[in-house]
Amino acid sequence: QTVEHGFPHQPSALGYSPFLRLMAIGTRSGAIKLYGAPGVEFMGLHEENNTVMQIHFIPDQCQLVTLLDDNSLHLWSLKQHGGASELREEHRFTLKGPPGSPPSATQITAVLPHSSREVLYLGTESGNIFVVELPSFRVLEDRTITSEAVLQRVPEDNCNRRSCELVEALQEHPKNPDQILIGYSRGLIVLWDLQNNKATHHFLGSQQLENLYWQRDGSKFISCHYDGSYTQWPVSSDNRQPEPLENTVPYGPFPCKAISKIYWQTTKNGLPYIIFQGGMPRASYGDRHSISVICGSQQTAFDFTSRVIDFFIIFTSEPTAEFDDPSAMVVLAEEELVVIDLKTAGWPAVHPPYLASLHCSAITCSHHVSNIPLKLWERIISAGSKQNIHYSSMPWPIDGGTNIAPDPPQRDLLLTGHEDGTVRFWDASGVCLHLLYKLSTVRVFLTDADPNDNMNTLGEDEWPPLRKVGTFDPYSDDPRLGIQKIYLCKYSGYLAVAGTAGQVLVMELNDEDAEHVVDHAEADLLQDQEGYRWKGHEKLKTRDGPVRFEAGFQPFVLVQCQPPAVVTSLALHSEWKLVAFGTSHGFGLFDHQQKRLVFVKCTLHPSDQLALEGPLSRVKSLKKSLRQSFRRIRRSRVSSRKRRGGSGNASEVQEANARFDQDTLQEMELAPVQRKIEARSAEDSFTGFVRTLYFADTFLRDSSRHCPSLWAGTNGGTVYAFCLRVPPAERRMDEPVRAEQAKEIQLMHRAPVVGILVLDGRSTPLPEPLEVAHDLSKSPDMQGSHQLLVVSEEQFKVFTLPKVSSKLKLKLTALEGCRVRKVTVANFGSCKTDDYSENDLAVLTNLGDIQIISLPFLKLQIRYPCIRKEDVSGIASCVFTKYGQGFYLISPSEFERFSLSTKWLVEPRCIVDMPEVTSNNHVHNKSGMENAARKS
Amino acid sequence: EFRRFSLERSKPGKFEEFYGLLQHVHKIPNVDVLVGYTDIHGDLLPINNDDNYHKAVSTANPLLRIFIQRKEDADYSAFGTDTMTRKKNVLSTVLRADNHRKKPHIVISMPQDFRPVSSIIDVDILPETHRRVRLYKYGTDKPLGFYIRDGSSVRVTPHGLEKVPGIFISRLVPGGLAQSTGLLAVNDEVLEVNGIEVSGKSLDQVTDMMIANSRNLIITVRPANQRNNVVRNSRTSGSSGQSTESSLPSSTPNIVGNLLQGEEESDEEDIIIEDSGEPRQIPKAAPSSESIESLSQIELLHESTQNGFLPSSEVNLNHSSGSISMEYEVPDPGRKSLEEDGTIITL
Repeated sequence: QTVEHGFPHQPSALGYSPFLRLMAIGTRSGAIKLYGAPGVEFMGLHEENNTVMQIHFIPDQCQLVTLLDDNSLHLWSLKQHGGASELREEHRFTLKGPPGSPPSATQITAVLPHSSREVLYLGTESGNIFVVELPSFRVLEDRTITSEAVLQRVPEDNCNRRSCELVEALQEHPKNPDQILIGYSRGLIVLWDLQNNKATHHFLGSQQLENLYWQRDGSKFISCHYDGSYTQWPVSSDNRQPEPLENTVPYGPFPCKAISKIYWQTTKNGLPYIIFQGGMPRASYGDRHSISVICGSQQTAFDFTSRVIDFFIIFTSEPTAEFDDPSAMVVLAEEELVVIDLKTAGWPAVHPPYLASLHCSAITCSHHVSNIPLKLWERIISAGSKQNIHYSSMPWPIDGGTNIAPDPPQRDLLLTGHEDGTVRFWDASGVCLHLLYKLSTVRVFLTDADPNDNMNTLGEDEWPPLRKVGTFDPYSDDPRLGIQKIYLCKYSGYLAVAGTAGQVLVMELNDEDAEHVVDHAEADLLQDQEGYRWKGHEKLKTRDGPVRFEAGFQPFVLVQCQPPAVVTSLALHSEWKLVAFGTSHGFGLFDHQQKRLVFVKCTLHPSDQLALEGPLSRVKSLKKSLRQSFRRIRRSRVSSRKRRGGSGNASEVQEANARFDQDTLQEMELAPVQRKIEARSAEDSFTGFVRTLYFADTFLRDSSRHCPSLWAGTNGGTVYAFCLRVPPAERRMDEPVRAEQAKEIQLMHRAPVVGILVLDGRSTPLPEPLEVAHDLSKSPDMQGSHQLLVVSEEQFKVFTLPKVSSKLKLKLTALEGCRVRKVTVANFGSCKTDDYSENDLAVLTNLGDIQIISLPFLKLQIRYPCIRKEDVSGIASCVFTKYGQGFYLISPSEFERFSLSTKWLVEPRCIVDMPEVTSNNHVHNKSGMENAARKS
Repeated sequence: EFRRFSLERSKPGKFEEFYGLLQHVHKIPNVDVLVGYTDIHGDLLPINNDDNYHKAVSTANPLLRIFIQRKEDADYSAFGTDTMTRKKNVLSTVLRADNHRKKPHIVISMPQDFRPVSSIIDVDILPETHRRVRLYKYGTDKPLGFYIRDGSSVRVTPHGLEKVPGIFISRLVPGGLAQSTGLLAVNDEVLEVNGIEVSGKSLDQVTDMMIANSRNLIITVRPANQRNNVVRNSRTSGSSGQSTESSLPSSTPNIVGNLLQGEEESDEEDIIIEDSGEPRQIPKAAPSSESIESLSQIELLHESTQNGFLPSSEVNLNHSSGSISMEYEVPDPGRKSLEEDGTIITL
């Protein structure tokens, strides 16, 4: 496993170091990820797997402190090792109060790493502020700032004990490191002198405090409050108890939600930026996740698609600079990262080079294409750049660290199909998975939602001035649009895409916008068989007349299967200009040159009623959900009993526990998890489900003449082979393509066929279409005899061609009890010499193991555990590349990349150098983020 | 010698008459012979009474191959499941009995059943507390009919007794093969499946292994009830049993693997249908021993005009709807027309 791509699942905390120019994201599973310049990535995992609540970088150090929800603090550091930097956990620490004190006494709510780099100030729920030494985490008890000490030094008339409960915010004075600002939850703010242990100023806020922020010169600070207001306070030497300068409720007068965090940024031109999170009118916009930016008369409330976790502002890191001059705002929302360019008029978003939200619509399938020719690559990029014109041209502002990984050796594309009918093209060559181009198939169809409906239309005088940002949109207008299979021919630029409602689109790359009619054909896979009734969804309605398509892949042919079941397999042969598709009912072959259906074949077993009733997923999921709900009932019964047992005195508890144990034992006896042992019969369901389609030019009929052929494998262990007659190029438009069934193989073990492959005379897999024409592969050996490899979920079998005699087999399931889920031919090159490489099968099993099996002798070479076997969606999402790498989803939003080949390794390798620390550095509070104490 | 003659399928007559007919055809009126036939699965089964004689004739498709042997030379072990395909040399042994004269069998009785449904095997090499059961699924309509579950069993280890996870039989389906054998019972611990140890494997893995081997399932169990174990007294007797045992390595899985090799091959002959031909079982690519055709046999042709394949050109596409099934299934006379479809056999 080499690198994770995409957006961290369930992020929970954000941190930024302006010194290192690195950003850190913590997640609810205890992972911490650091990002800098593209390619600079680090990952760490807390052993406890607890939620990361806060992240604070230590000023001017390659170190950071994390606070978990179990109240433990962890010190991480970036150290160079073997030429590259690594992130390691150094220390851990849990604050302990005196014996007998309540846990809230030490519950940390605010963390302030002091600019001296020697101590951390920890604000707690009890109101006490503890001081711990770094990096040892030794508590300096004599320096603790107790709430009693603070109260003694504040005039008592307007304070009581309760005003010093719960430290909400801790901020160091930007010019004077001996002063810190303490904000208590009830509204009292105290400026504390660390040297003399006394309060120099105190500020009485009337509202519950949320957060604080210093102005750069230290003469003022700003506080934000629970009622949606913010207040500016002066700090002067003559007044020890100043009144607020200004108190504003930006979205009043009606009750507003809390402003949980605020920034005050000065600029050269005098107009400060005030940036705050929340504060929306409670009644009408209380459900929005917003961050407002106010600069003079400009005001925008950025409206995020998911809850805002945290945000920070990137401003000048020059400590001597007079102004902040903010350049960008980085917002971590629950489902995506959004960066806003604050320097360009209109505050456009910046296109992120990493942390892309893969799941902006749920991923339904993926397809990987290795070694893309430069020409196609450039055309896809240029099509994509036309889609990205609304993005800012600002370079990526988080640029810390240096990527020292070698340049990716080739251009790789990862295509993801999504539930909303889009296909996204990702640059998967390197560590950063970067969106190149997005293709939508929606325009071909008539759907309820009007695609011209612009989400961003906003009247001039609308209040609040909301603006939608971000791409996360998990709601699909029509689930039938979902993409199920993708096939891209990298040489010709033909793309075939198939979807949930039996739609198959063939597309061509066009560099210009175009308006044309999409040819439409229907493939009746039941061939007028009587007595079958489709109870699933209807087919998609097509749009009549010409449709306008933007530059990029433009569909020219649409084939719709009837019944409109999910397309389960797809193959495209760009040289013969044929596309084959299969569903649970059968398969068909379409000539996209002549736009003519060549043939269809029904694979349905007459007794297979389930396949006819409707979408596969529904039948299956119903069964599954029933089973799950029964399990849940059982489990909840168990746990409710457990809870009952927990109350009462000790002996009762024991008794109850004993009873409970007995009960559960009995229950286990009554309903054990058991599995039925039964041979598969021909009458099993979904036997007709077409699992795989394969084009091959081979010896199907006799050993003297080879011809184009189409192979199909079904769930019931049947392989069909069709002999094709494709007219030569010059008569390609005049003569029809003909097909004739030549062979049918029934595997006696009846396991689903998941892969079909033909090996040439040298036992090398046949090349892809057009590969030879582009001089990228040796032409196949047509002299020696060809062999057919059929991979079922249980066995690998090699047959001779054309006689189809069984030659070799590997009975994987009978030997190991695992079943094949995914199989691909992978080319393994030697990392020592360039001239040796071999082809093997890369196999993913239902146990999440990856096995390499040699060709053509079917010997198991090696096995690695890769995916947890419980992670069904991870196993289902796995896709192998042609050169022994692979991807699978570790969460809805993240791909894990792995490599089976020593030659092709894509993993982050980067270095973070300590920038020069100038002597006056620590005098200034350069970083808002470091010191921004967050409400936990 | 090889004879070919016809017989009326509707009126086969009595076994005695048929026996006489055979003696007449072969001109061996006073020789006692043993009569056998190959059934649709390729098994060599005996004909020795009216019932199995009628059964044999009714399965003729349309040829019925009959084998006759002199009673004194007869090899009874040739009869049974998978005999034809399991050992290609079974028939040659039958026919060349005098060349390879084996120890004469003590005939207790003729096999009463057509084929075994189960057997206990490897008794001589297994510990007495274990039992290796082979279930012959092939050819029977009965479901295997049992369920397995997770559980824990106690093992003796160097550190004393230890609880280890195990797989157990949890339920037998009434009327299923497993129940009807009487060799498996609820709570028996499953130790091996076709020679592969199940320890360390999950319930789902073991399930998949059993299903993958369902045509020829051999499970080694530790019966929950240890009172019915086979009692061996090899140590005292000093018979051949002991020498066999001592010569065997202690790890049984290898032996089972070797033992099963030959049998396993037979269970999975895939079917290939050519565009114009009839289904055939996929042959082994390696040149194997001579085919059955080369053996001396009597082919019994029964008179039926409707037999003979239709020319492939007349194949109606509608008939291809059903996927093909096992080609050696007993044909139902009522659905004769479907069966004789040119490219595909539909049942």
